[in-house]
Order: sequence, then C-alpha cells, then structure tokens
Amino acid sequence: MSAPRAGRGRSVTWTWQLIVGVTAITMTCLLAFVGPFLAPHSTSEILGRPFGPPEPGALLGFDVLGRDVVSRLLSGGLSLVTMATIAASLGTIVGAFIGLVAASASPRVDAVIMRCLDLVLAFPTIVLALLFVAILGAHPALIVGIVALGHTPSVARIVRGAAGSIVSRDYVAWARSIGMRWSTIMTREVIPNIMSPLMVEFGLRLMWSVGSIAALSFLGYGIQPPAADWGLMVSENKSALSQQPLSVVAPILAIAVFTIGANLIAEGLARHVARTEGRSR
Amino acid sequence: MSAAGAIQVDDLRVERSADSTPIVHGVSFTLGAGEVLGIVGESGSGKSTLGLALLGFTKPGARVAGGSVRIGGRDIMSLPGDELRALRRTRLSYVPQDPGMSLNPALTVGRQLREVLPPGEGLQRIYDVLGEVGLPATDALLARKPGELSGGQQQRVGIAMAVIPRPELIVLDEPTTGLDVTTQLMVLDLVADLTREYGMTAVYISHDLGVIARVSDTVAVLKDGVIVEHGPATGVLRAPGEPYTRSLMDAVPSLHGESRTRRRPPEDATVLSVNGLAAGYGNTTVLRDVSLDVRRGECVAIVGESGSGKSTLSRTIIGLHGRDAGRVRLDGVDLAASVTRRSVAERRAMQYVFQNPYASLQPRRTVGESIELPLRQLGIATGAAARERVRAAVERVHLDPELLSRFPADLSGGQRQRVAIARSLVCDPRVLVCDEVTSALDVTVQAAVLDLLQELLAGGLSILFVTHNMAVVNEISHRVVVLRGGVIVEEGATDAVLRSPQHEYTRTLMSNTLDVDGQVGVR
Repeated sequence: MSAPRAGRGRSVTWTWQLIVGVTAITMTCLLAFVGPFLAPHSTSEILGRPFGPPEPGALLGFDVLGRDVVSRLLSGGLSLVTMATIAASLGTIVGAFIGLVAASASPRVDAVIMRCLDLVLAFPTIVLALLFVAILGAHPALIVGIVALGHTPSVARIVRGAAGSIVSRDYVAWARSIGMRWSTIMTREVIPNIMSPLMVEFGLRLMWSVGSIAALSFLGYGIQPPAADWGLMVSENKSALSQQPLSVVAPILAIAVFTIGANLIAEGLARHVARTEGRSR
Repeated sequence: MSAAGAIQVDDLRVERSADSTPIVHGVSFTLGAGEVLGIVGESGSGKSTLGLALLGFTKPGARVAGGSVRIGGRDIMSLPGDELRALRRTRLSYVPQDPGMSLNPALTVGRQLREVLPPGEGLQRIYDVLGEVGLPATDALLARKPGELSGGQQQRVGIAMAVIPRPELIVLDEPTTGLDVTTQLMVLDLVADLTREYGMTAVYISHDLGVIARVSDTVAVLKDGVIVEHGPATGVLRAPGEPYTRSLMDAVPSLHGESRTRRRPPEDATVLSVNGLAAGYGNTTVLRDVSLDVRRGECVAIVGESGSGKSTLSRTIIGLHGRDAGRVRLDGVDLAASVTRRSVAERRAMQYVFQNPYASLQPRRTVGESIELPLRQLGIATGAAARERVRAAVERVHLDPELLSRFPADLSGGQRQRVAIARSLVCDPRVLVCDEVTSALDVTVQAAVLDLLQELLAGGLSILFVTHNMAVVNEISHRVVVLRGGVIVEEGATDAVLRSPQHEYTRTLMSNTLDVDGQVGVR
C-alpha cells in the first residue's frame, strides 16, 4: 500500500496498528509472491495418502488427494492476494469517482446516480458473481471485475458523504473563483481532505474482496481445481476438519492474517490522517 | 439572595497538564449577588479556560493547579465529584459560544429543556422562562429540533436552559458572537434583565468591548492568563489605567470617529459597475435590482443583517452564484455570469476574500503553496518568478516569511486572514471583494486587517467590503450601500449616511451597533 500524501511534511507515527499491520501484510505478501518458488513439491503431485498426518518432509500433512499441504499453501496465495488487491483498488477508484461526481452534481443528478447505485447494491456480490460466472465461466478477470463492481456502491456512498461537506467549503469556492477545473478541484482540494474515510474504506474493501474471492473458490465458482488457492483449499479439505485440521486451518490463517493486516494499516493511516486533520479545525 | 450567594475566587490557577505551562494564573476577584462581571481578552488570553474553571471544569489536557472558587461559602474545587456535579446541576450554569454546536441536534427543544427542570417543578416553569427569553411559549416550539431554529433562537434556548434551574452563577462565553447586531442587542438586554430579576451573578466573557460595556457592572481585562486591570465598568472603560486596556479600546472601530480612508478621496475612473442585478435560490428571489459603482482606490461598503442578501450579492459579482438579471462590468467590459466563462484576465482582476479564514484555506496545503497556487492557475508566473511574487505579497500583508512553509492549522486567525488576502493580492487584482473579512477576528487583529486594507486602497486597489458592522463601515469605506431583503434601501457617502441616516432601517442598524463610548453606563 502506498503512504498517504495527506500528511506531507509530517512523518507517519508508528502506532501499534501500523506496526502489526505492516508486519502481517509483508509476511503474507512474501508468502504469496515468493512462496511458489520455495515450494518443495509440485502442487498437483500426489505424495501421500488422502488426509495423511504431518510427517518429516510434509510438515502440514496431506490434503484430500494426498498432495503436500505446505507446497499448496506456498503456491496458493498469489492468485488470492493479487485478485483481491486489484478488485479492491478498482472498486475504490471507480466508486470514489462516482461519489465525487454525485457530491458535486445538482441534487437531481445526484439522486439519479444514487438510485442506480442502490440497484447494484440490491444484489449481494456473491449472487451477482455466481450469476455471471455460471453464464460466462470462471475467468479470473471476470471475478475481479464483478467483485469490484460489488464494491462501487458502498465506496461511492462513503465518498459522496465525506466529499459533500468538503465541496461546500470556502476553499473550494475560492478554487472555483480562480477558474480551477472540476478534475483539479477534486484531486487537489477534495481528495486530500477525505483520505481518512477513503483509506478505511479501502481496507474494508480489501477484506471483503478476499472474503468474496475465497468464498467463490470455496463454492467452486472461483479458481478451478487442480490449481492451488487458499479459498479452494478450505473448500476441498473441509470434510477432514477433525481428522487433518492443518489442511484447513493453515489457509484460513493465511487469509485471516492478510485481511486483518490490511485493516490495521488502513486504520493506522486513518488515525494519522485524522490527527493531522483535527489540528486544522 | 443573601450575601452567601456571592462568588469569591482566590488565586485560581489552571495549567496545561502535559508540561505545567500556566494558562490562567493567580486570578482573584469577588462578586456580589446579582453582579455582572465582564471578562475581556483576545483569543488565547485564557478567558474561556477561566470561565470553565469557575464551574470547576477544565478542557481535556488542562487541570486546575490551585486556588479556590467559593460559591455560597463552599470551595467547589475541594468538593468530591458527585457533589460538584449536583452543584453544577442546580446552582451553576453555562452558556457556550455556539449554541448550534452545543444543543443536541437529535432531541427536541422541549426534551432538552425538561432535562434541566429542577425536580418537583412543573412544566409551567419552562413556559415562563421561554417567555422571559423572548421565545413563543408554545408546544410547537418545544416540538422543534435545534436545526429548525435560527441562530438567535438557538442562543435563546441555550440561555433558557441555563436559567431554568435558577442558578446562582451563570457563565456566558461569547454568547453573541456570530449573531447579527440586532439579535445581539436583544440577547444582551435579556441577560441584563435576568440577572436583575433573579439576583443571579453572571460572568460574561467577550472580546468585544462594546458588548462588555453594555452588560457589565465590573470589568476584568485578561492578558496571558493574568488580570491586568479590574474595576467598575465606567472606570475601566472611560479611563483605562493600563496601556493594554487602552490599546484594546483604541482597536475598537467607532461609529463617530474620524476615518483615515476618507481623508484620501478615490479617483474618478469607475472600475466595477453593477447594474440591475437580480439573483436567487430556486424560486426564491434574494436580490432585486441592485446597482452600484466602485471607483479606483475606493472602498464601497455593503451593509445589512444576516439574510439581507449581502453575501449573495458579493458571490454573484464574483461569479460563484448565478444571476437572474442585470449586468456586471469591469472597466466597462461585461462579465459573464459564471466565473468559469470569464477570461483569465477577468478572473485575475477581481479577487474574493472570504469571511472565515478557518474555512477558506485548504488545510493540507502549506501557506506558501496556497499563495502560489493562483499564479500557476492563472498562468501568471512559475518557478523563481512565482516565488518572488509570493514573497512580495507576503511582505505587503506584513506576514512573517517564515510562515510560508507552515500549514494553516499552525496559524492564528489574523495570520490566516493575511494569508487569504496575500493569496488574492499576488495576482495584482484591481478589485477585492471582501465578505465580512474581519467578523471572525479579535478587535486588535481586525484593526490590523483594516489598516492593511487602507494601505491597499491608497495603492489604487478598489474594495467592495461586505459587513454588518456600522462602526467598521465608518472606519474603512468611502461610500455605503444599505441592503435589506435584497433591495438597496439607502446609499451615499459614508459621512452623510452615518451623520443623517434617511432610512429607518439604517438608523436601527446604527443604534444597534455597540461602540464603547455609547454604551458605558447604560446598565
């Protein structure tokens, strides 16, 4: 994640949220990006008996087909982490743009935009995703697009609310009075002042993306077997939760650490931004 | 009430908890029952902190370091928490600066007033007090929420809340700041009546000497947390003993004093000309057939109460608000209604300065960047040339160049307003439209900003100065336009209008303006 431009001239204070969050994200990203090269075995090679217990050389035991859980865990993060990050970023950017348009438009246009968003909001992301995946097939790009689409209404709502109080401020009126363009006003005057809710929202969206994509894999509509994927691993091995719990708990833990880390960073940054904002009122 | 109702404050000290920096030190005074003490000071003098400390309260980050506040013979500083709370509930009251912020927006007025009703007392008490504070004692009013009331009504509700429990001490912290002069006068007289009627002791905090002169029996002048002068209002305000008090007095604009502006007449050339201007919001017309001219080096004041359309007028002229009819000409050339349709040169020639310097500077941009921005936006200069212009503008408004790298949050109100003016001056405008630029500032800062504007006028700048304060009009303007309900009711040379106002509305505005000389001894 990028540091906010918001607190220029003031360094970010390392609160415990930020320290823990950055550590968690670094660890899971390392696991996801470097892991595939470290995997001792292929992700599809059958090396033991189904749900076989841990043994030397296979520290987390074997999965439903007798494949090495360590290797699948190391290789299974890449798709989830990249897809979730892209979906959350895309959803936040598109949603923020719509929110900014709504906040600065006339009340009538604003109402039309918001009702359209309500329409999208009426379909739960997972239902929307199941519908499109069932029709068009489980392409990763399609899944990312649908999850991002699911994010836009709530991001737009948050941004519209936060920006609504900013666009009526005198410094925005002043910027207009010297003829500043709409896009410049938004990027230079408004967005820096709504960074704190925007960061929190991005953290939330990242968490929801991970949840949705993992859930789709779990339901069999996301990443397709035999590929390795944390969500898929939970789904495949769930029947052996009591017999070989490591094969389920390990991917769940990886997903949890990633999402909690993302949230702590978002919250830590938001607090930093809020503190510097607080001084200006 | 007996002498037991008297307030004795002895060596009261408040400090910042973090580093023990004193905020208020060694304040002592005694107040008799029914007496009103006015506390005057500039922002940062510790007057609000002192007011809260009288109630045994400090803001987070501060603590009472010593001294005593005796009310009815008991020292409230040594009371245990629950007894202090009980005392605050029944015998101490507080009216905050901004009632809009301190009333709960989600609860009805009636619900909030019932909360402070002493146990065993009937609802009649609420109706009685509402009548006393000049609000309709009706159930319709009680059913409203604070957001549905005007600023003046909210402040009356705030005062009613403070008065209903029949307190012995009431602390009022700038309760009229932000109200227009007419409403302010009504609130002040209300406070005076209530103290007389109930024998309530009141502490009235303000930076406005005219207000203090109107309500107080005794006056304490606070500077850096110390009372520098204390005595009967007539004594202190007629013949101030301390140089600091005198400098405060001199900073107050006067309705009758001589104006430096008018010693230097403007040139003949008309710069800005407004003809038959009309504007409104939706179907409501707020401005009708307004015409005025501003010449080179001239300051024209637009006066009116809140709701008179004076801000709409200035925003329509600058092109931030659409117009329904009429024309605005700059140097004889017609200006488009919307600022986006105006040429770069036109936008550059007319600049706007906002009322509230706390809201008009982007908090995430340094002072230097804010001042430089219009240069880049209007394509006037970049790089070293831009920096040179910024430096010159900062010099013109007497701002410390050190501040260029700071953020607005690090600046005082007066410094921010200078930044806002510098940001407009940096483009060498021909007309400056100033919307109540001094009303959020202390008197001494206001005086400094008015001085600055006078210098700029002398340099050939034309100023359209929107205000509600007749004394400021007298100080700064050559001509005055009185606006009421969106229509010009009177206009003319400032001297003539102030000496013999023709319209009744102008006379009301003038008599409601509190200048110190006119107010001392009124109470």
